[in-house]
Amino acid sequence: MHPVRKQRLYLVLFIALFSSAAIGLVAYAMRGNINLFYPPAQVVAGEAPAGRPIRVGGMVVKGSVQRAADSLQVDFQLTDFQSSVPVVYTGILPDLFGEGQGAVASGVLNADGVLEATEILAKHDENYMPPEVADALENSGYDLKGNQKGNAK
Amino acid sequence: MIPEIGHFALIIALCLALILAIVPAWGAWRGNSVAMALAPSLAIGLLVFVGISFGCLSAAFLQDDFSVKLVASHSNSLLPPIYKFAAVWGNHEGSLVLWVLILALWAAAVALFSAQLPLLVLSRVLSVMGVIAIGFLSFSLLTSNPFARLLPGAPVDGSDLNPLLQDPGLIIHPPLLYMGYVGFSVAFAFAIAALLGGRLDASWARWSRPWTNIAWAFLTLGIMLGSWWAYYELGWGGWWFWDPVENASFMPWLAGTALIHSLAATEKRGLFKSWTVLLAIFAFSLSLLGTFLVRSGVLTSVHAFATDPERGLFILVFLAVVVGGSLTLYAFRAPAVSSRVSFAWVSRESLLLCNNVIFLVATLTVLFGTLFPLLVDALGLGKVSVGPPYFNAVFVPLMALLVPFMGLGPVSRWKQDAVARWRSELAIPAMAAVVCGFTLPLLHAPYNIWVALAVLLSSWLVLGLARDFWQRRGRLTTGYCGMLIAHLGFATCIIGVVATSQYSVEHDLKMRIGESKVLAGYEFRFVDLAQVRGPNFMADEARFEVMRDGVLVASMSPQKRRYLASGSVMTEAAIDAGLFRDLYVAMGEPVGSDGAWAMRLHYKPLVRWMWLGAILMAVGAFTAVLDKRYRRQRDVVHSRSEAALHGA
Repeated sequence: MHPVRKQRLYLVLFIALFSSAAIGLVAYAMRGNINLFYPPAQVVAGEAPAGRPIRVGGMVVKGSVQRAADSLQVDFQLTDFQSSVPVVYTGILPDLFGEGQGAVASGVLNADGVLEATEILAKHDENYMPPEVADALENSGYDLKGNQKGNAK
Repeated sequence: MIPEIGHFALIIALCLALILAIVPAWGAWRGNSVAMALAPSLAIGLLVFVGISFGCLSAAFLQDDFSVKLVASHSNSLLPPIYKFAAVWGNHEGSLVLWVLILALWAAAVALFSAQLPLLVLSRVLSVMGVIAIGFLSFSLLTSNPFARLLPGAPVDGSDLNPLLQDPGLIIHPPLLYMGYVGFSVAFAFAIAALLGGRLDASWARWSRPWTNIAWAFLTLGIMLGSWWAYYELGWGGWWFWDPVENASFMPWLAGTALIHSLAATEKRGLFKSWTVLLAIFAFSLSLLGTFLVRSGVLTSVHAFATDPERGLFILVFLAVVVGGSLTLYAFRAPAVSSRVSFAWVSRESLLLCNNVIFLVATLTVLFGTLFPLLVDALGLGKVSVGPPYFNAVFVPLMALLVPFMGLGPVSRWKQDAVARWRSELAIPAMAAVVCGFTLPLLHAPYNIWVALAVLLSSWLVLGLARDFWQRRGRLTTGYCGMLIAHLGFATCIIGVVATSQYSVEHDLKMRIGESKVLAGYEFRFVDLAQVRGPNFMADEARFEVMRDGVLVASMSPQKRRYLASGSVMTEAAIDAGLFRDLYVAMGEPVGSDGAWAMRLHYKPLVRWMWLGAILMAVGAFTAVLDKRYRRQRDVVHSRSEAALHGA
């Protein structure tokens, strides 16, 4: 075989081998490292799997945020104004987390239907709403303040 | 009045960009040298008018002209002047003007510093940059006019800049990042010019290499600053999140790294020509993709401003035109520029090839992880997110695979080398690296196998470089020194990243005044809590004293700020920085009724090393540009004029 052509053959073989190894690695890493988003209505309806990492987003129910007295545990509820999911989280909440504001919690749903969150994301500025939360609210037919759409004067 | 001038200047800039895109390209096609010679002046004119526009926008911000919608929604009269200026690009519309300004800056720089470039090439390069300028100027003017007024009914005061962005990091992070992002447009323009001309030789590589290096160095600095900013400003001590927007800047960096290495082979050996062109297209396309991801609002991120979908569509179409157009051109013209040079397997060429394959695969895996959620969403299969575990699982092994080749690279010879020679050259560094890998991690208990591996790999890299440096002493070129510094930076970075990830100790807890907590041998004592007032915020300020072995090491004052104009709350972490460790305290929120606070305490060893490493990489790239082979032409001109001076 012509040396240049032979070299090219090896090159192709090398790239093919290497990229299939990379694809294998990607496929392996994708397993278990992606998590699905569920709006509160679907979680309450039992459509979200328990024991697997998921994300739930909605508005933080007013008056639902409760701090434990002796630890950093905090309980609150996320709502799309149709249903609410109880969330428990231990740690420091983001600065822009607040009652009546949008938030996304990622964690695992336990047997009692409580989301044990390992991470809470709040919006980053006043005008910005996480797209998932905006969509979840859009589907539930309520606006950000909890008024049913179409009822506004 | 000033905003209208700015708006008008932007429109004139668009007209100039149109002329720049058409006339010199036409001239290059028809061989009309008058039309071609217009290119440099048009590029400079573009810079002048975009500069005027940017200046007017800055003036509106600095003078608190709240009748301009952008100023009203992103600034406030209480904002310190330096942040008023930074607020110009702390929003969607203004950041686009900055984008165009930097593009014009690069185009003007090419026009001014390319005296040795044939007019034909120069006019094509500048025309391509003109096309890019058209895209972004019309995007700015049609969908995101920064000069829109709020008349009548201008507010008395503005609603303030997002407090997260009120930080010295923001003043320089976006401009540096854009210098890098947009800088790849020069490499792209050179690649397209080469395809159009059908000629790609060593001198082409010599022209485009310094530009690519400079852009890459700026991008490195920009990413590093972003990481540093996130570390101290977001208040949770993380420095890299694999956030889609971080990935958006990281992908062009990875592709750019492959590009600067393949350019080396193209310049020295005339190899990988069409591959280099493809990488240049790829790197800039990723920059555009990054702009799309960040500016379209499709992502949940700190960088996403509230936007409307029309804007995303515009960039998507522009992206499709640029990528599709250049790939079509590539498909037709690549055979004209492909290389027919062979090399042996044991040679520097194959090592550079390994570099390229690894960086390309790394780029693609990051790209896949970033776009996967968008893809799944578009197919209606639900909303997923791909988290850091995925990226770490694919990225870390790839980088570990890279380092063994990196150690060989500088020592190896072009064209044909011998394994026996590598063995004799590198046996001692290899053994020394093994010894370092085993012993150095003993300095920090407990012994950590991953740190040991990182030390092993980076000492292999460093000792190989040291050996090679010693052999070449006396005949060092500037280009070689640049490579040396950049590779040292990479080694530093590896150690910093691995040591911080493995050794960091982090604790969130509830603390009352007077309580203390021991973390990695440091005793953090919560001493006091006070109210302080800043220029545009009120803050609760805690005071911590950190003792080690009975000696006071640091006194730290983290703050919890409430900004007056927007009412938003922000954490200002206190950091005691050191070369070998950082101590980090951030305030959470008041907990309970007894005056206790949630506090976040961190001990982060060697965290500075990764930013130091990034700075070294950038310094290395800048150094390499100073190599005399890139300015031989200018020196000739210079010495000629000097001779004339002395002769007279």
